[in-house]
Amino acid sequence: MHQKVDSSLIKRKVTKNRLFYFIFILATLISLSFLVILIYRILSQGIGYLNIDFLRNFPAPYIDKAGIFAGLMGSIFMIAITAPVSIILGVSTALYLEEYAKDNKFTRFIQVNVQNLAGVPSIVFGLLGLTFFVYIMGFGYTLISGALTMSLLVLPVIVVASQEAIRSVPQELREASIGMGATRWQTIWRIVLPTSIPGIITGSILALSRAIGETAPLIIVGAAAAIYTIPDSFLSRYTVMPIQIYSWTARPQEEWQYVAAAGIIVLLIILLCMNAIAVWIRNKFQKRY
Amino acid sequence: MTTNNVFKIEDFNLWYGSTQALYQVGMEIPRNEITAVIGPSGCGKSTLLKTLNRMIETVPSVRTSGTIEYNNQDIFSKKQLVEELRTHVGMVFQKPNPFPKSIYENVVYGPKIHGIKKKKILDDIVEKSLRGAAIWDEVKDRLSQNAYGLSGGQQQRICIARCLAVEPDVILMDEPTSALDPISTLKIEELIKELKKDYTIIIVTHNMQQAARISDKTAFMLNGELVEFSDTNTLFSNPSDKRTEDYISGRFG
Ligand SMILES: Nc1ncnc2c1ncn2[C@@H]1O[C@H](COP(=O)(O)OP(=O)(O)OP(=O)(O)O)[C@@H](O)[C@H]1O
Ligand SMILES: [Mg+2]
Repeated sequence: MHQKVDSSLIKRKVTKNRLFYFIFILATLISLSFLVILIYRILSQGIGYLNIDFLRNFPAPYIDKAGIFAGLMGSIFMIAITAPVSIILGVSTALYLEEYAKDNKFTRFIQVNVQNLAGVPSIVFGLLGLTFFVYIMGFGYTLISGALTMSLLVLPVIVVASQEAIRSVPQELREASIGMGATRWQTIWRIVLPTSIPGIITGSILALSRAIGETAPLIIVGAAAAIYTIPDSFLSRYTVMPIQIYSWTARPQEEWQYVAAAGIIVLLIILLCMNAIAVWIRNKFQKRY
Repeated sequence: MTTNNVFKIEDFNLWYGSTQALYQVGMEIPRNEITAVIGPSGCGKSTLLKTLNRMIETVPSVRTSGTIEYNNQDIFSKKQLVEELRTHVGMVFQKPNPFPKSIYENVVYGPKIHGIKKKKILDDIVEKSLRGAAIWDEVKDRLSQNAYGLSGGQQQRICIARCLAVEPDVILMDEPTSALDPISTLKIEELIKELKKDYTIIIVTHNMQQAARISDKTAFMLNGELVEFSDTNTLFSNPSDKRTEDYISGRFG
């Protein structure tokens, strides 16, 4: 009797198991196929317009003269400012929270708020940047306003990622250092940072690659679409790739969609490279302790 | 100024938050001898040991009362820099904890943070410390390799070498062999006996045979109290307290 009950039960379980297996496979396939469609569409539309001139030209009213040079350089310049500002501030904050701050209500309050900030919509940071950098600081609609706004946007993500990296440094290493008479700062500089730097860099690169793709906050702080020079100072006007791409898609003629697709390819390649570097760093330094 | 006692502990109490972990501990720790601290788990051995170089202060909730003098200086006094105390009173931990760096860099870590930069001097320190920790011959050809590639016993001796490189006066050891196999344990015990010539050693151990084998003096602790502190031979052969007798004969703990 026992045997009979068991076998039917097991059959049902096995069927159920297979059912879920197929549901999960299906879900994966659906998201994957959208990705494939997206990449196919962009490649098939854009690849024909992608050439060296496209990388070297400024935006132009004629399709065959239009290029992404201004956006490309704008994005690079922006990241060149955003990266050091946000990494220095972010890592310092993470070090303070993890290594110096006492575990009290105030620290936990900061902690929770940093995490909340990481989830705030980017447009809110755009409004903050508009009020603070554009008006109060009087930078106007310039590169520095955009770059600092972007720094604020990625800062919480960098703080959280750095905190995780710092926390993963074994406590015994700190004890060994402190126990030999090292000060806290010596311990941080010689043990904690070198051990956690791969995690910090990986997290920072991923955060910055988010900044490269952002449009909304930059529109608010005044990145322009039609720029025929590359920035030559912090106070230059500027544009960035996603904004350039967006302005092309907004044009009526169909060909501009293809130009936009070419721009998207450039943007995607840059993002892929950044993520590849992040993954490479993570694998190279993975858990040596 | 040097008396025969390195540490003089008087009426010492310690609390973690509101729970008291040490009660009225008083003892004098003799120079150039090995003092063992034994007692059941949770009796406060590590707490006492970590207090001696103020590592206990890394736990924020700790409060203390009473005095501890190191070479007749109050270790808690305002003018005692804790970093300086720790260069005189080094520590070897239960689990080998080398840095994820080369063997060489591990040993020179202490001298470097205390400002020694000359390659020649550092090289000498490395050889002297590794010899002192009886591991020179095993690693002299691979000083640039990562210390993580060594066995647990070798790692522990690297940690001892790293501690010696700072030229401490006292070495605190918290169950330094509990993570090691019997042969590595024996090697470290030999080493500890050797180090006694130049250093004062205070060792916490769960292993009563170990205490009996290597120490000159033994302290028995129970529930945060120092029950008995005397010559190792006396304590094991002729304990004066009933609780000590019960513990060493295995009746509890
Ligand atoms: N960081 C801490 N916070 C709160 N209580 C602690 C802390 N560390 C130790 N204690 C408590 O203090 C008492 C003594 O702990 P201690 O680590 O000194 O014991 P021990 O004799 O070294 O034990 P073991 O032999 O298991 O290592 C224990 O009751 C322990 O729970
Ligand atoms: Mg202990």
